[in-house]
Amino acid sequence: MPPLVFAFLAALAIIASLGVILQRNPVHCVLSFALALTDIGVLFMGLGAVTVGFLQIVVYVGAIMVLFLFVIWLLNTQADALKPRGNLGIKFAGAIGAAVLAAELFVTFSSYPRMREIRTMPPDFGSIASVARMLFSDYLVAFEVTSLLLLASIVGAIALARTTTGAASPALPVTGGGDAPAGAPGASIASGAPARESA
Amino acid sequence: MTPISYFMALSAILFAIGVAGVMIRRNVIVMFLSIELMLNAVNLAFVALGRRMGSMDGQVIVFFVITVAAAEAAVGLALIVAVFRNRETVNADELNLLRW
Repeated sequence: MPPLVFAFLAALAIIASLGVILQRNPVHCVLSFALALTDIGVLFMGLGAVTVGFLQIVVYVGAIMVLFLFVIWLLNTQADALKPRGNLGIKFAGAIGAAVLAAELFVTFSSYPRMREIRTMPPDFGSIASVARMLFSDYLVAFEVTSLLLLASIVGAIALARTTTGAASPALPVTGGGDAPAGAPGASIASGAPARESA
Repeated sequence: MTPISYFMALSAILFAIGVAGVMIRRNVIVMFLSIELMLNAVNLAFVALGRRMGSMDGQVIVFFVITVAAAEAAVGLALIVAVFRNRETVNADELNLLRW
């Protein structure tokens, strides 16, 4: 990768990452993060990992970021943005600690002697065929366990986020509704109570 | 050609930005985004060092990290939705039932 291209991509990645943590609106944070992810995907491709770079863009930007956006729009957290800021001392200490960590990692990584690529790459380095060959031979067990992990996370996510609207909880007060019996099952739904009753 | 150390330095900076995000933000969703940012910084280090060593194991590990991040995002966002349904907030300072 030519140094000028790397400088541009690195500056863009840092600016987009700062945008993630400094903007107040969560939607803007997610969009900024999508920019950073695309940028890192392009860096992957510049390093020869073309397959992983495209996977990064397709899976991360295309799927996970859209999931984040849907959840933010579902929650409607605009009221939280108007509240006063939290403890400024903790934030200041956190920023100082992160800066110290950045300096430490930076010095450790960049002062390592002769970390310069030395080998000539094989022609199919990072191609789909070579990555798939490695994935289905050396890492086959891990790959199969990954499918179990995905199945478990699907079941877990549905079980955590679902609402049982059939069983009306008697603890919720019935607002309005005229002569609907207060204790009857389903009364709170029929009288237009907020459908937020959870299991 | 750009030395691999530059990629590692960029990875360090991105990781530290993620740490700072977890520390200074109180919105749970943005903290979650910062954790994903840290995962991506580590992915960049994996790919860069794999390039340095001339092996593709780093890329396969990145594949698994992306998968785990997807599973984590699904479960974590479901947790956030469930908490918001009960507490009407995503502010980490107000979710203090477990605080001593």
